[in-house]
Amino acid sequence: MISTLMRYITLFILTLLVLTALSFSLAYLFPGDPLVNMSGITPQNPLQRDALIAQYGLNESYFVQFGYYLERLWQGNWGYSFVSGRPLKDELAVALPATIELSAYALIVSLIVGIALGCLAGLRAYSTTDFTLNSLSIFSYSFPVYWLAILFILVFSLQLGIAPLSGRISLMFDIPPQTGFILIDIALTSGIDKGLAFSDALQHLVLPTMSIAIITTASIIRLMRRSVIDVLNKPYIAAARSRGLSRWKIFSQHILRNSLLPILPLMAIQVTTLITNAMIVETLFSWPGVGNWLLQAIYQRDYCALQIGMLAVSFVVITLTIAIDLFNRLIDPSRDKFDRGSI
Amino acid sequence: MAQFSFYDDEFQPSPWQRTWLEFKSSHAAIVGLALLVFFMFFALFAPIIAPYDPLEQNVDALLVPPSWYFNGTITHLFGTDPLGRDLFSRIIYGCQITFGTSVIVVLVAMLIGVSIGVVAGMLSGVRSSVVNHLLDALMAIPTLLIAIIIVAILGTGLVNSMWAITLALIPQFVHNTRSFVRGEMEKDYIQSSKLDGASHWQLFSYSILPNMIELLVVQGTLALSIAVIDISALGFLNLGAQSPQPELGAILASSLDVAYIAPWQVALPGLTIFLMVLAINIVGDGLRAALRKRLVR
Repeated sequence: MISTLMRYITLFILTLLVLTALSFSLAYLFPGDPLVNMSGITPQNPLQRDALIAQYGLNESYFVQFGYYLERLWQGNWGYSFVSGRPLKDELAVALPATIELSAYALIVSLIVGIALGCLAGLRAYSTTDFTLNSLSIFSYSFPVYWLAILFILVFSLQLGIAPLSGRISLMFDIPPQTGFILIDIALTSGIDKGLAFSDALQHLVLPTMSIAIITTASIIRLMRRSVIDVLNKPYIAAARSRGLSRWKIFSQHILRNSLLPILPLMAIQVTTLITNAMIVETLFSWPGVGNWLLQAIYQRDYCALQIGMLAVSFVVITLTIAIDLFNRLIDPSRDKFDRGSI
Repeated sequence: MAQFSFYDDEFQPSPWQRTWLEFKSSHAAIVGLALLVFFMFFALFAPIIAPYDPLEQNVDALLVPPSWYFNGTITHLFGTDPLGRDLFSRIIYGCQITFGTSVIVVLVAMLIGVSIGVVAGMLSGVRSSVVNHLLDALMAIPTLLIAIIIVAILGTGLVNSMWAITLALIPQFVHNTRSFVRGEMEKDYIQSSKLDGASHWQLFSYSILPNMIELLVVQGTLALSIAVIDISALGFLNLGAQSPQPELGAILASSLDVAYIAPWQVALPGLTIFLMVLAINIVGDGLRAALRKRLVR
């Protein structure tokens, strides 16, 4: 137990080190002046330039520079946006929660729908229900997410006019960002009609969440179906049947719990796809998330923002992945440490 | 006494034939395969099939609706875009670019991924664990992020986006190859080859690779569908193929401006990507099911 924990902590720290080293080297790999790339400040005169070089330690060896870089990251001095001139930390503090919020809701929706439908398909394997669900999931798995989002916008926002086109909340509500999660912020803000604000925020959430969730749901249905079918063939299910347990009892106590086990490591892979999809969908719905922010940064060649943004997003994703892996190891120690399931 | 008769012997199909027989028994899989062959045909013979040059602009026919609309013409099957370029020709060339580059990307990623995976699987101890953990880290970074970074370093363009997607696909191949090779190395037939004095290379090429090809085919179709979606996504986000180039995602992005007056401009390229990915997924699914059935029987 302790050794597993230690192993994962070492892995986490090593991975973070590799990532920060990568992010540091980007300042040199990107076109342009490494000083500007790293600080986001364009020096106005040689004097300021020398001062900045001294501050960032750029006249020393790469290792010392990397040390300075780590120190600045730790202190929260992440540089300035080349475009807006604001500290990147403040910009990310708004953008990152927006993406996490969107992906979290999409994940929750697809987990609930996916596990339920996947169980249904697995229990009735090779029946009409199963074939319908299976083909539906192949269909929705094949949608390119941006096309799906455009179709949703065309149908629901422009033709039917029942869902708002873009943004997180109507401009009529003045919600100061405190946590960055819109629903929590609404609850924390006083002096507005909270019911109206909630329903408005939810209306803004529906289309982006749906377009991400449909694709993730499809893969969860397929994973769950496979896993349930595998569990059904196990001898302990036959044993449970022969003991005369009711169908519901067999399902809830034997099938469901065991078939959820292999799903978990696959979730770690799903998280990556989910966040990629969320980042693409954000640009279409003008959702002020990190995907939108990064794409604006690349269009405007804001290299300092890219460098930090890359680090922040991969930090979130890797923390999630390793946490899921660790959790999985803890609840299922029998699993081989390199084993990952398959669809 | 029962005589051995060669001709009365039961039909004994080879493993590949058995997979094909199982595959054939699923109608959906055959339809998917037909669709895939259709797209492959488009990709290979685009210059012969396409009625117009995909870049040729025609000011006399701007935004002509598709032929099934009331005021559409049969000379432009899918209509034309705001610059008067024939959408059908552009989509055919788009199949060539999107599908063709995806195949190349998957083949390159497979080659690199399998080589690293085999080395990592045959090694043990610190070296293998370093490879494994670094790859876990790489695998977790979203494709779009890798693409953004590579585009920032090298600049936009189709080739650069291909590099980004190759880089994003490699870890999956390494992971699967690695765990397969690890599992295989413990089996008896590898032991016996080892006792016969086979070198690592001989073990790989004579014993492991023939068993691994099926896994690679299935993994390859999975990667192909991801590659098609990613390449067109990067084209759509203006990070991959650039505007006049008829890449399906780029066509979709440029048609967004006229989405309101010409919805077919958005629908048709998107539908093409969707059908392409669907065909790949159906074939991949059919293959996987066929292999599973073959192994169970």
